[in-house]
Amino acid sequence: MEAEANSGSLEDSGAFIQRPGEGCRTVPLAGHVGFDSLPDQLVNKSVSQGFCFNILCVGETGLGKSTLMDTLFNTKFEGEPATHTQPGVQLRSNTYDLQESNVGLKLTIVSTVGFGDQINKEDSYKPIVEFIDAQFEAYLQEELKIRRVLHSYHDSRIHACLYFIAPTGHSLKSLDLVTMKKLDSKVNIIPIIAKSDAISKSELTKFKIKITSELVSNGVQIYQFPTDDESVAEINGTMNAHLPFAVIGSTEELKIGNKMMKARQYPWGTVQVENEAHCDFVKLREMLIRVNMEDLREQTHSRHYELYRRCKLEEMGFKDTDPDSKPFSLQETYEAKRNEFLGELQKKEEEMRQMFVQRVKEKEAELKEAEKELHEKFDRLKKLHQDEKKKLEDKKKCLDDEVNAFKQRKTAAELLQSQGSQAGGSQTLKRDKEKKNNPWLCTE
Amino acid sequence: MFCFPAMGHRHCCALGPMDPMRRSPSPCPSRPSSPRTPPCEMLGYVGIEAVLDQLKIKAMKMGFEFNIMVVGQSGLGKSTMVNTLFKSKMWKSTVQGLGTPTPQTLKLQSVTHVIEEKGVKLKLTVTDTPGFGDQINNDKCWDPILGYISEQYERYLQEEILITRQRHIPDTRVHCCIYFVPPTGHCLRPLDIEFLQRLCRTVNVVPVIARADSLTIEERETFRRRIQHNLRTHCIEVYPQKCFDEDINDRILNSKIRDRIPFAVVGADREHLVNGRCVLGRKTKWGIIEVENLAHCEFPLLRDLLIRSHLQDLKDITHNVHYENYRVCRLNESHLLPRGPGWVNLAQTPAGPLATPQPSKVHQQAQEDSEDGDEY
Repeated sequence: MEAEANSGSLEDSGAFIQRPGEGCRTVPLAGHVGFDSLPDQLVNKSVSQGFCFNILCVGETGLGKSTLMDTLFNTKFEGEPATHTQPGVQLRSNTYDLQESNVGLKLTIVSTVGFGDQINKEDSYKPIVEFIDAQFEAYLQEELKIRRVLHSYHDSRIHACLYFIAPTGHSLKSLDLVTMKKLDSKVNIIPIIAKSDAISKSELTKFKIKITSELVSNGVQIYQFPTDDESVAEINGTMNAHLPFAVIGSTEELKIGNKMMKARQYPWGTVQVENEAHCDFVKLREMLIRVNMEDLREQTHSRHYELYRRCKLEEMGFKDTDPDSKPFSLQETYEAKRNEFLGELQKKEEEMRQMFVQRVKEKEAELKEAEKELHEKFDRLKKLHQDEKKKLEDKKKCLDDEVNAFKQRKTAAELLQSQGSQAGGSQTLKRDKEKKNNPWLCTE
Repeated sequence: MFCFPAMGHRHCCALGPMDPMRRSPSPCPSRPSSPRTPPCEMLGYVGIEAVLDQLKIKAMKMGFEFNIMVVGQSGLGKSTMVNTLFKSKMWKSTVQGLGTPTPQTLKLQSVTHVIEEKGVKLKLTVTDTPGFGDQINNDKCWDPILGYISEQYERYLQEEILITRQRHIPDTRVHCCIYFVPPTGHCLRPLDIEFLQRLCRTVNVVPVIARADSLTIEERETFRRRIQHNLRTHCIEVYPQKCFDEDINDRILNSKIRDRIPFAVVGADREHLVNGRCVLGRKTKWGIIEVENLAHCEFPLLRDLLIRSHLQDLKDITHNVHYENYRVCRLNESHLLPRGPGWVNLAQTPAGPLATPQPSKVHQQAQEDSEDGDEY
């Protein structure tokens, strides 16, 4: 194995006396060195690179997904509400650039369109799973490239999936259970009860308990807010107990007391979105954005993406177990892929060549046609000319004959005239009379 | 081209009058919004900037790693310099006893320590190269060093291509290599030029003039200019590399640094009393050379560059540029046929240190990086 041979040769020349890493001791510092600015350096770099966050909203049509996104991010994202007549489940994705003080966030919101509207909902979860897998695949392809630009790659993997549960007050629908079960190993699921102003407080507690128990009994793993870091362990722990969050979304602002607040007004009262006694919206915003955004991204990368990558690589035929085969299988697969690629190229070349030959043939045929036509035309014209020529020759012959005839008559007439002048003048008189009577001959 | 984003330095450190490292953080991200992603106005406070604190907490919990290598002939004060940089006894200053024979071959020594300051844990690995350039025939004395650097890249690569890989791959790649130039006062020697040419293509190199207390200020300046001229003539790009400057702020800051490279440094780990203050310095009959005094030597500049402002940048360039270059070469070399423009064709096996391509090829590679589209 190359690495072993490498270190072997280096050890022969005495390169490593101490191996780094094992048993490193902590050394006290005698003064201020200055690397406590490291977190700041890191943060500054990240700020200038910008962050990206991708949210997937899964839920039936009309549960208020777009409104909740608008409320969460305090802005109006464009988009019209979907109809109920979609033939299948589709995903609509939009990316926005948000800026707050010096932090730039590239936010992508993906929404399901037509989820739960069909009569047969067996395949409803498939487009969603395929979409999530496609994002993982794109990242994996970029990572496997030989020449890659990972650090400026726009990460489109879904970091959080908000699953909207309809506020029936009873239990989860079977569609919800099936979909969540399919998604829990691919994405961080945060279930929320949508339009929760339709449920009363006591019903809500029972509903939440029912949902949690159903999720547990079906083995659905929803995202748990991390409790291993002391600074956020407490708040995350309490929030974990409040899952699923019962939220209300609203972009309308109403005057309550002397402040403008986001609220929904009913004849029997006003529901305030940011009032924790009314709904869990504030908790959702805290957890999703202000406390755990980075953790969501990390879980997506280190858990879900790694799982996908492992499965995909095993599918492609990689093995880790045999250390000898490690570099080879990578090379082998690259070789195989390269051959495949070459094969494709060759095929394309063949195709192009075929097409070229075909085109040439067609053109040749066309040209031959044109040539034939031209020949025909030439022949026709030639024939025409010959006909004309013949006609003209005939006419000429006629004319010649006439001229000859005329000449003969002329000589005959002259002969007669000379004979007549000898015979007497009466003939001439006669002839003169004839001449006079014959208008044609009176030309002199 | 691998572009580098702008860097800000919000940490206020007490420095002398010349403070080239300080700059104001850039107010807006340097990525413009494309027409596909319309910028959205937020009508109220959402709390996105809390993600910065989350990042900080995560980083502090995970700790940082930094690997530095010091290269130079014996007696140039490498170990002392490391001790001075990190204000601790990384290792005893190596003093060759009279009885010990000089090492016949170049041996690399690595030492790892964990140092902590204000809650920030740093795992520091220092690799020393005693015996470099000490032999009569120094031909190919850079091979073990290049081999060591490549071995670290190889280790990282092997970890990265595993199927079940660790959450955090231990980073042993050399982030920065400090090259000690002996204070001859003339210009770079052929050994220096050879070594620097090969090394700055695989790792970030920061050359320093060692034992600068033997040169006067004017001599230092002339020496520095000559070295800069030498570097330019031989197309040696030392850190901070000009091609990685992202925007105008970066360029201004880095040009100031580039103007002063190589720094003339003096290392000392003993403290003396000067004007009632306890300072690190070297005591001589004609005075005490204060290490942290900018008028005496440029050690503070080196320390600020390496630790206080550009540490993260060093790591990023190592990860995004040098490691990626190594990876490209390594993944290409099994293919014996030339692939086309931009693919480096290395015929030899990876058993020895990877032959670094000629400078023209590297620049070609860099150019084609920006031109190549989606290349399999």
